[in-house]
Amino acid sequence: MNDARDPASNDRRIEALLLHREVEDFNNAYAAALDEQRLDDWAEMFTDDAFYIVISRENADRGLRVGLIYCENKGMIQDRAYALQHTEMFAPRYLRHIIGNLQILGETPNGDIRARANYVVVQVLFDRPDARLHQVGVYHDRLRRVGDRLKLAERRCVYDNLLVDNALCLPV
Amino acid sequence: MAWQDPILAQRYVWPDDDPTVIPDWVYTDEAIYAREIERIFHGRTWNYVALEAEIPVPGDFIRSHVGPTPIVVARAEDGSINAFENRCMHRAAEFCRVLSGTTKEFICPYHQWTYDLKGNLIGVPFRRGVAGKGGMPADFKPQEHGLRRLKVTTHRGVVFASYANDIESFADYLGPEVLREFEATFDGRKLTVLGHYRHSLPGNWKLYHENLKDPYHATLLHTFLVTFGLLVAGNRSLMLTDKSGRHGVMASAKSDGKAIAGDAKKEMRSFKEGMRLHEPRFMDFIEEFDSPWSVTMATIWPNLIVQREMNTLGIRQIVPTGPHEFIMKWTMFGFEGDDEAMTRHRLRQGNLMGPAGFLGLEDNEAIKFVQDGMQRVPNGRHLVKLDPATAAGTADTLISEAAIRAMYRHWREAMDL
Repeated sequence: MNDARDPASNDRRIEALLLHREVEDFNNAYAAALDEQRLDDWAEMFTDDAFYIVISRENADRGLRVGLIYCENKGMIQDRAYALQHTEMFAPRYLRHIIGNLQILGETPNGDIRARANYVVVQVLFDRPDARLHQVGVYHDRLRRVGDRLKLAERRCVYDNLLVDNALCLPV
Repeated sequence: MAWQDPILAQRYVWPDDDPTVIPDWVYTDEAIYAREIERIFHGRTWNYVALEAEIPVPGDFIRSHVGPTPIVVARAEDGSINAFENRCMHRAAEFCRVLSGTTKEFICPYHQWTYDLKGNLIGVPFRRGVAGKGGMPADFKPQEHGLRRLKVTTHRGVVFASYANDIESFADYLGPEVLREFEATFDGRKLTVLGHYRHSLPGNWKLYHENLKDPYHATLLHTFLVTFGLLVAGNRSLMLTDKSGRHGVMASAKSDGKAIAGDAKKEMRSFKEGMRLHEPRFMDFIEEFDSPWSVTMATIWPNLIVQREMNTLGIRQIVPTGPHEFIMKWTMFGFEGDDEAMTRHRLRQGNLMGPAGFLGLEDNEAIKFVQDGMQRVPNGRHLVKLDPATAAGTADTLISEAAIRAMYRHWREAMDL
């Protein structure tokens, strides 16, 4: 199948590599936007009809739909970004999002790219000495090409932690 | 004074017997915490443990807690709901390790002692030994070694358990006024579970009750409530307490926010003029309850909060884990008969609450700040002086701490302090 002498096979492999790299770049930019708390930039990484949810594995495994954050469209994502920047009271903190183990899983019938990746969020509070593992989970994604950019049509963040450490103040 | 030790008796003296101050040791002291477990959570209280909707058919069970103590709540073959400690009578192993499930019996993994759905001991391997040697004593009676059982009651699909066998009925425990509010939310429709939140909270468990008996903070801390007129100084509202002082209901009626007087706005830094949502449906209130209130937060002593925040409905169960920390387990629910649009409305509005909620995360942060303040500057005291016209009890103004004073009047009685 992967005969290096077969140009068509080579093209397919190169295409897959480029796509993999493109989604990886997208995820790196996503992590950077959150780490730097550029939440308007974060919101712009979603399509207008995007679905974004942060849900416990406990709920997801049982088919229960409640999410820590539950956004049915980009407007709700923008509302979340606005509130966190302008109205919400929470202690200042540093966050580090690490995204890895990317897999491109295929395409949906409408041409969206299906992907998954593991994520880790590490949090530093200014009144505690240590960086603490705040959340660990997996992204189940649908990405869509809008113009020359990839955007998220869906990101389901399923976290393994049974207990959230106090509050999830910023998105994952 | 029940302290045997005169040094302890001296340490835990309420300053000047003044109900408008609370000493820090109430929230930070290990001996006080241990006494709370014994006298409150394991005492004459009804503790929330589950919703019937979580264990609908015989064999269904769920892990839960009374105070910090792990229990199992199970529905037996006869349909009865049973609650017993999650602790094997043989060597104390916490035998039930899954969050919930369905089973015919509980088998302790260590030595396979087996219990039925009511907690009766029904199997002890090698009880008679092997080849005439070993085994349990001949006079060992399994019926005397069942799991430690708790008294159980249910009301409108909500399950409570108590260590006190002679405790009053649940209705008498709540009192008529708080019961009325409880039944306004649990209005007879069958509940459907939408999901859970679980989080730890680095503060004393009582601070969570106090936060919901403190309508003053709600008008100041929570921009969402204020800007959208959900709970604003001047709105029609009530801070109800029962006769005993232990339960409370914070209630308010939604206004459109336009009626807020200019002078009230000036006092509320969190009021954001002209704030608009991209998705305004998120704050819609669909009338569904026979109640004058669009929002009620009921604090049912000692471990339950019932949230009816417009159409997002939830149970919050307090699991204390020490003086400085507790776990909160939320069970969000709707009703049988909700269509998909209503369920999605509840899920959308759920963004207000929980550990990432626009209101929820602020409360969690505030409670952490209070515990931090006490731990780092010891031997202090809190002021709860608002609304001196009401010594303790129900207040018809939001700018009041009378419900907190009522709670501590009860707490001091229960704790004999």
